[in-house]
Amino acid sequence: MLDKNGIAQRIAQEMKDGWYVNLGIGIPTLVANYIPEDVNVVFQSENGILGMGPFPYDGEEDADLINAGKQTITALPGACIFDSATSFAMIRGQHIQMTVLGAMEVSDNGDIANWKIPGRMVKGMGGAMDLVASADNIIVAMMHTNKKGHSKLLRQCSLPLTGVSCVKRVVTNLAVLDITDLGFKLIERAPGVSVDEIKNSTEGRLIIEGEIPEMKI
Amino acid sequence: MNKHVKGVSEALAGLESGMTIMLGGFGLCGIPENCINKMVELGVNNLTCISNNAGVDDFGLGLLLQKHQIKKMISSYVGENDEFERQMLSGELEVDLIPQGSLAARCYMGGAGVPAFFTPAGYGTEVGEGKEVRYFNGKPHLLESALTADYAIVKAWKGDRFGNLVYKGTARNFNPAMAMAGKITIAEVEELVEPGELDPNFIHTPGIFVQRIFQGDKYEKRIEQRTVRTKSES
Repeated sequence: MLDKNGIAQRIAQEMKDGWYVNLGIGIPTLVANYIPEDVNVVFQSENGILGMGPFPYDGEEDADLINAGKQTITALPGACIFDSATSFAMIRGQHIQMTVLGAMEVSDNGDIANWKIPGRMVKGMGGAMDLVASADNIIVAMMHTNKKGHSKLLRQCSLPLTGVSCVKRVVTNLAVLDITDLGFKLIERAPGVSVDEIKNSTEGRLIIEGEIPEMKI
Repeated sequence: MNKHVKGVSEALAGLESGMTIMLGGFGLCGIPENCINKMVELGVNNLTCISNNAGVDDFGLGLLLQKHQIKKMISSYVGENDEFERQMLSGELEVDLIPQGSLAARCYMGGAGVPAFFTPAGYGTEVGEGKEVRYFNGKPHLLESALTADYAIVKAWKGDRFGNLVYKGTARNFNPAMAMAGKITIAEVEELVEPGELDPNFIHTPGIFVQRIFQGDKYEKRIEQRTVRTKSES
């Protein structure tokens, strides 16, 4: 079974040289720590920067340089800064090759819910709806089950949706799964996790074809 | 062409209760601190505020919320504010949450003379309820309307008397789009310079969009999530 860093490490393997990538808050942010050295990707933060670098050294933080999670960041050589309207033109206009975001629920047709729980304080969708509505290549990074042990990979989302039929791949602590017309297709198992464990933790339709390889982390 | 006003009081002249106000900034980054503090002092209320976020309890738009000066917030994310939560749950505060990209585009289009546009964001979600759907290239899109404001208040790094503005870092965010969408746009800047000092090739907001400009003072520039690494980390 993977921890959050393991999920991030597996997703980092999806990155291709030359891609522009938007990472959401939470597990997705960790992906930046595991990009292979020979793969050059440029990270976008939707508040308006391409070429986001690591956190600044203590004492070098700049209130005028933050990411979409409001954390202080640095700008790498070759970075560029732009306004919000331009930033979402990059997103909506499909100039970003990959979006990684967290989710509360994903359905087996690729719907995603990650912004609202009825009866609880609603914080807002931020840029998530624009990101999922436009990107061709959306990977969800999340735990397979919630804190109560219930599956987050469902036949149908129970929470208000962020986007419909948009998720392409889900990477969890247990597995890598692709969204297909017939449901979640099991691609890889996490180290030490059996197909049965994945079956038991997946409520949505699950397709298992042949031997399922273990992830190489 | 001289847009320069003496200070924040003159800049906010005519701003009244019940108006719709756009305020630039993302989180606490690039917010018009001087104007917000003055609006608290003026006591204007029943405001509709269009801003990506709503500040924190004791800074930014949170200060206006504390004094119950805001009737309605139009934002994309409002998570960091306890008083906001209290007023929203009790029904004192009306809240319209819209996708961040749609918010930016609605401001930009409001300033650009495009009254409405189609976007894929929010289709199939609550955001799409009651909105016209049309398919382009086989994909569903929602009709969204443009936003304008009685006053748009933005914060820039440098500006000149003609209203030309340059922002610093990610403090740019919503400021340029909102600057376009105000019937009256007020720019507060950290440094007011003479026309000619800013390179015309590197102006972010052309002065035509700005009606009033002044140099603010005592910028606190609070950091919401101070995140650092130590020298030993690679």
